Amino acid sequence: MENSMDETTFQSLPDAVAKRWPGQVQVNLDVRRSTCLLTCDSRLLPDICEWVCSTSGFRFATLVVEEEPAQWLLRYVFYGRSGIVQLHILLRTAKENVAIPSISGIVHAADWHERETEDLFGIIFTGHPRLGDFVLHEEWPEDVKPMRSAFDAHLPYRRRELDPEWRPHSIVQSPGAFMMPIGPVYSDVAESAHFLLETVGEDVIRTIPRFFYKYRGVEKISEGLPVEQVILLSERFSGTSAFAHSLAFCQAVEDIAGVDTPLRAKALRIVLAELERLRHHIAAIAGICGSTALSVATSQAGILEEEILRLTGSFTGHRYLFGLNRPGGLTRDFNNSTCLQVADDAARLIERLFKLNDMLRFTSSFLDRIEEVGIVSREQAIAYGLVGPIARASGLARDLRKALPYCGYETVAFDVPVETGGDGYARLRVLFHEAEQSARIIRKMAATLPDGEIAGPFEYAAGGALGWVEAPRGAAFHWVRITESGTVGRYRLTSPSFINWHGFHLAAEDFAFQDFPIIMATFGLSNAESDR
Amino acid sequence: MTKWVLKGLKTGIVTTAYPDRDEAAPGVSPGLPGSGLAFDEESSSDAERCPTQAFIRDGQRLWVDYRRCVHCFRCAPGRQGSTQWQGGYEWAGRLSDARNKGPELGEVFQTSLHIRVVDAGACGACLSEIEQLNKPYYNIHRLGFFITPTPRDADVLLVAGPVTDHMRMTLKKVYEAMPTPKKVVAVGACALSGGVFGPSFISGAGVSDIIPVDVAVPGCPPPPLALIHGLLVMVDRKPSASWLSTTPVSGGKEDV
Repeated sequence: MENSMDETTFQSLPDAVAKRWPGQVQVNLDVRRSTCLLTCDSRLLPDICEWVCSTSGFRFATLVVEEEPAQWLLRYVFYGRSGIVQLHILLRTAKENVAIPSISGIVHAADWHERETEDLFGIIFTGHPRLGDFVLHEEWPEDVKPMRSAFDAHLPYRRRELDPEWRPHSIVQSPGAFMMPIGPVYSDVAESAHFLLETVGEDVIRTIPRFFYKYRGVEKISEGLPVEQVILLSERFSGTSAFAHSLAFCQAVEDIAGVDTPLRAKALRIVLAELERLRHHIAAIAGICGSTALSVATSQAGILEEEILRLTGSFTGHRYLFGLNRPGGLTRDFNNSTCLQVADDAARLIERLFKLNDMLRFTSSFLDRIEEVGIVSREQAIAYGLVGPIARASGLARDLRKALPYCGYETVAFDVPVETGGDGYARLRVLFHEAEQSARIIRKMAATLPDGEIAGPFEYAAGGALGWVEAPRGAAFHWVRITESGTVGRYRLTSPSFINWHGFHLAAEDFAFQDFPIIMATFGLSNAESDR
Repeated sequence: MTKWVLKGLKTGIVTTAYPDRDEAAPGVSPGLPGSGLAFDEESSSDAERCPTQAFIRDGQRLWVDYRRCVHCFRCAPGRQGSTQWQGGYEWAGRLSDARNKGPELGEVFQTSLHIRVVDAGACGACLSEIEQLNKPYYNIHRLGFFITPTPRDADVLLVAGPVTDHMRMTLKKVYEAMPTPKKVVAVGACALSGGVFGPSFISGAGVSDIIPVDVAVPGCPPPPLALIHGLLVMVDRKPSASWLSTTPVSGGKEDV
C-alpha cells in the first residue's frame, strides 16, 4: 500500500484519467505546486477515490468545504505519491437538497471529516452510517449550521438546556456488563473529553468517545479577520504545538502570495520546530511514566521537561514558542552562537533522557504495563490514515518532513524511527528516538545557519493554498483562502490529534479497564488540537 | 527497584526557593509589557497594534489591562514596538465581585488547600503549566497545596480557557458540587477576557460570566510561578499584584 502500485506520473495522469473516465473528469495540472486537480460529478466520486487510494496509493489528507455564492465547493485532498505533491478532487454542487455519496466506506480516514461537514455545513453524505451530533452536542438544534456564511459568528447563540430525555444511541446488553462514564472533568489535570466505556468489570468491550467539549469554532471565527489576527488563532488553538501550526498557516499564506522565505528564516524555523518537537516528546514521555505511577521516573522526566521549557523560554522569550512566526519569515533573529549553545543544551538533555530510557528498559513493572497493551496494527493504521509517532510505531513510515518536504527539510539528513509492534512500548520507543533525531537536526542547523534576512518584503495576494507541517503529534494540513480584501475567507484546520483520536478506540478496546489511562498516555493526543 | 530510589536520592532537590526567595533562573517567565507609559506617538502605535486591545488610555498615560495581554510581543522592542517588557511573575490579582458573598477561606486553609482543575476550553499551554506545579521544579505539595480529582474535596477551582459553550454547564455543575467555603482562581488570558477566542457564538468572555472569580492570574499562559503566586494570594500568604488598582475598569468588573 505504501509504494505505488501503478506507474502514473504527474505528466501521464491526465491520460490515465481520460482513459478510465473519457470526457467525464476534467484534469488540470498546477505545475508550480506539482498538484493535480480533478474536477468531477458527484456520481463518479466513489469510483475516483477508489482508484486514487487503492490503485494509485495516495493517502487522504483532508476534506475542505468552501461556500461559493451559488454552490458548495468540496475539495478532497490526497498526498503521498512521489512526483505528485497533492491530488485534489473538486466537486461543485448546488446549495440546497444536496446529497453527496459518502467515501468513508472506501477511505475510512474520511469518516470524521464527513461527520464534521454534515454537522457544521449541513451537507448530507449518503451511505454514511452515522451522521448527526458530532461537533455540536445534542442540545444544539439540528438546523443550526454554524459554518455557513449566513451564520453570524459573533452573536452569542441563544442559551439552551439539556434535553432530559437524552439517551445514548445504544446501551450495552450482556450479562454483567455496564457503562462507565469518564469525563468531561476527570483525573487530576486532564483535558475535557468524555468517554463511555462498555465494560464487564475488567475488559473494555467498546470505547465511545465524545469530543468537542473544547470546540472554539476557530475555523469559523477566523473568517473575515486579517491574517495578523488569524496567526494568533493558529498559534493558540493548540498551545503545545503552537510553532508547528503557525508555520503551516504561514506557509499556506506564503504559497498564496508566491513568496519564498529567506534561507536563514527557513533554517531557524527548522531549529524552532524541532525544539518544539523535543519538548513535546519529553512531555509525552513524562505523561507515560506518570500514567504507570512510576514516581521517580515521572519526576526525572518532569525535571527534563521544565528544563527544556526554561531553555525555550530564555532562547525565544516564550516557553511555548508563541509570537515567532509571521508570513514571510520570523518576527525576530537569533544569534548564531546562541543557537549553537541551545544545540549543546539540547544534546545534554538527550543524554540524560537516554539514561532514563536505559533505566526504564530494565524495569519490568513498567514494561508490564505498556508492552503488548493498546495495540494498533499496521493495517488498521493505514485504514484510519493515522499519522505521527502513533503511525510510525505501527510500522508506517509516514512523515511529512520526508513525504512532502517543506521549509528546507529536503536538505537535512535525518532518520525517521519506525517500530512494528504497534503497542504502547513501540510508541514510547518512537518518542525517545524522534527526540534524539530532533536534537541532531537542531545541532546540524545551528552549525550551518546561512546569513541574511529573517523576513523579506511581504504582500498579501488573494487565492487559496494548502500549508502543511509534521507537527509533534503528526501531519497537520491547513487550507487557507485569502479574499480580495486581504482577509481570511476560509481556514480549514486538519490536526494530527483529530486524525488520531479517530483511531484511538482501536487501541483502547479489548484491553483491561486499568490500562485505559496508560493507553491514552501512550497516544499523547491533545483535545485542544483536535476540537479546535 | 533500589536503582530508582538511588536515582532519586542522587538527583537531590531542584525545587524553586519561591516564595521564600525570588526565582532568578532564566526562562521561568515570558514577562509582561510595562504599564503606565507616557502616551506619545510610539506608545500609541503600540496600543493600536495590540491585537487584543489590552492598552487603555487614561489621560496622558497608557495602562495595560493584563487580563487581555496574550504575549504576542508585537509591542516589544526588537519586534515592531517600543514598550519595555518587565520580567517577574507575581501577577495574580484579587478581584472583588459582588457575587462573592460566600464565607472566606479561614486560616486553616492557608497551609492545606485542595484544588480542582477545570479545563474550560484551554489550548494546552495553560494546562501544561498547571501540570508543572506537581513536578519537582515547583512541587506545590511543599506549600500544602494539593490537586484533587473531585470537586467534592476541593476548596479552590482553578479554571483555564474562555469557557466554551459545551463546558458552560459542566463548569457550573462542578462549582455547585464544591463544599463551602469555595473560591475560584481563573488562569490565563482566555479565562479572564476570552482571549483571542471569545466572546463568540461558541465561547464566552471568560470564567466570570459563569461563576464568580476571586483571583485572576494573567498570562498566555501564566508561568508556574505566577500560578503559585495566584494560590498564595488566594490564601492571603502573598499580597495581590497592584496592576488592578492602576487599570481603569473595563468590562464591568469591579477592581479593588
